[in-house]
Amino acid sequence: MTDMGWINGAITGARPAAVGALLRYFRDLDTAEEAFQEAALRALKSWPVNGPPRDPAAWLILVGRNAALDGLRVRAKHTALPPDEVLSDLDDAEMPLAERLDGSHYRDDVLRLLFICCHPDLPATQQIALALRIVSGLSVPQIARAFLVGEAAMEQRITRAKARIAKADVPFEAPGAVERAERVGAVASMIYLLFNEGYSAGGDVVRGPLCDEAIRLARLLLRLFHTEPEIMGLTALMLLQHARLAARFDAAGEAILLEDQDRTLWNSRLLAEGLALIDKAIRHNVPGPYQLQAAIAATHSRAVRAEDTDWAGIDALYAALERMQPSPLVTLNRAVATAKLHGPEAALSMITPLEERLSGYYYYFGARGAFLAQLGRLAEARAAFDRAIALADTPAQAAQIRRHLDGLMRTA
Amino acid sequence: MLYAILCYNDEDAVWSWTKEEDDAVMGRLAVVRERLAPIMGPSARLLPTTAATTLRKSPEPIVIDGPYAETKEQLLGFYVIDVENLDAALDVARQLTAANPGGAYEIRPIALYQPDKRVS
Repeated sequence: MTDMGWINGAITGARPAAVGALLRYFRDLDTAEEAFQEAALRALKSWPVNGPPRDPAAWLILVGRNAALDGLRVRAKHTALPPDEVLSDLDDAEMPLAERLDGSHYRDDVLRLLFICCHPDLPATQQIALALRIVSGLSVPQIARAFLVGEAAMEQRITRAKARIAKADVPFEAPGAVERAERVGAVASMIYLLFNEGYSAGGDVVRGPLCDEAIRLARLLLRLFHTEPEIMGLTALMLLQHARLAARFDAAGEAILLEDQDRTLWNSRLLAEGLALIDKAIRHNVPGPYQLQAAIAATHSRAVRAEDTDWAGIDALYAALERMQPSPLVTLNRAVATAKLHGPEAALSMITPLEERLSGYYYYFGARGAFLAQLGRLAEARAAFDRAIALADTPAQAAQIRRHLDGLMRTA
Repeated sequence: MLYAILCYNDEDAVWSWTKEEDDAVMGRLAVVRERLAPIMGPSARLLPTTAATTLRKSPEPIVIDGPYAETKEQLLGFYVIDVENLDAALDVARQLTAANPGGAYEIRPIALYQPDKRVS
């Protein structure tokens, strides 16, 4: 007997490759998805009895393809035959599928599938929803819950996204080197968006698993492109951030700052994997934004206690990130390291020029208030914290600032 | 006779397990390890092959990202056991299979064994 948990895992694991290959055969997302669904149903019946196949993806592709062809033939009796180009890749049906899966086709199939989801015409929220539906195989109700919208609205969002993709020209030939690199870059940012959806929700049971899914997709992308330092960096960044999940919130659900977290709650396996990946990436000597952010997270992770943090190292990494990707938010983060190194005065003069651009940003006034409080400028600190509370997106953020204000009252 | 039991499985599938599924498998394996304590040597679970680096031993050794072999099922971990013969080793592998189905175990007799207590 074959364990059902194992079967479900094997189907989920094989899904991107299988749907990707079926999409290449049928050149139609809905047909590919239906073919995969049918194959998965048959797998659930067949594998427990006959044992699992050696190569689940190849099995699902073959069975899915045959099932979809049968469907097309049945329909063809009532309507005209499908045009040849729809079935363009079927003349090589005799070629052993298992062999093809090892080749570059497999890699480009999965990449194409991921890339289709981040078509530039699609807004970010549709990109993520589509990736969760098509690549990860989450159900529409699951995705709707994760995005806090109704099922009908999510169904419509995904249908619209698919319609837009069907109209867009998706190239099916193997991409060239430059195009492949662009696709990898687009997919990487979609995966990071997905991660942030889950990360910003914190310990939330519904949205939290989005982080796991983003990490799974990143590992998948890295398996396909295992010499890409930025993909190593992206994967490391998410692993290192996700490792802190259990320590990020207290029992009441309020956020705990990095320096106050119980570091023994950090997930050591995720940390180990993240640190291994950033080590590998840095050896390439081709720094990039994901690697730099991962290196910053790694520096925090390596400090056993908050007071052991290598702030000089973090400041240097932020300085490099500022040069590579100038942004007021990067400078704001760097100011925290600067405050540790050179005191709150230096940090304050670093962020003051940002005020205009960050005037609607909660974290800016939170940080400003903290620096002012450290300098003993309590009235100004109070004003900054008040603005932060007004800009807070969540009750947890507001509560965080109120604790600072309470601290001020005690000092005053 | 010392045997190594090398654990192969599809890592995309294994690393798709939820924490609950993973904990359940690890829990069942812990029971087997405990039961077999007298014959169990060191065991290890490896991080995914994406974390692997390969050194090709050419005259000028080359460092390559990723695992040595690109295979459908990856080496995910191993056990060292001390048993009478292959039948006994296969019996251990069957007990492990009951706790952790899927994939394959390769049973390899060990030629040289140098346990080192510095790594714990």
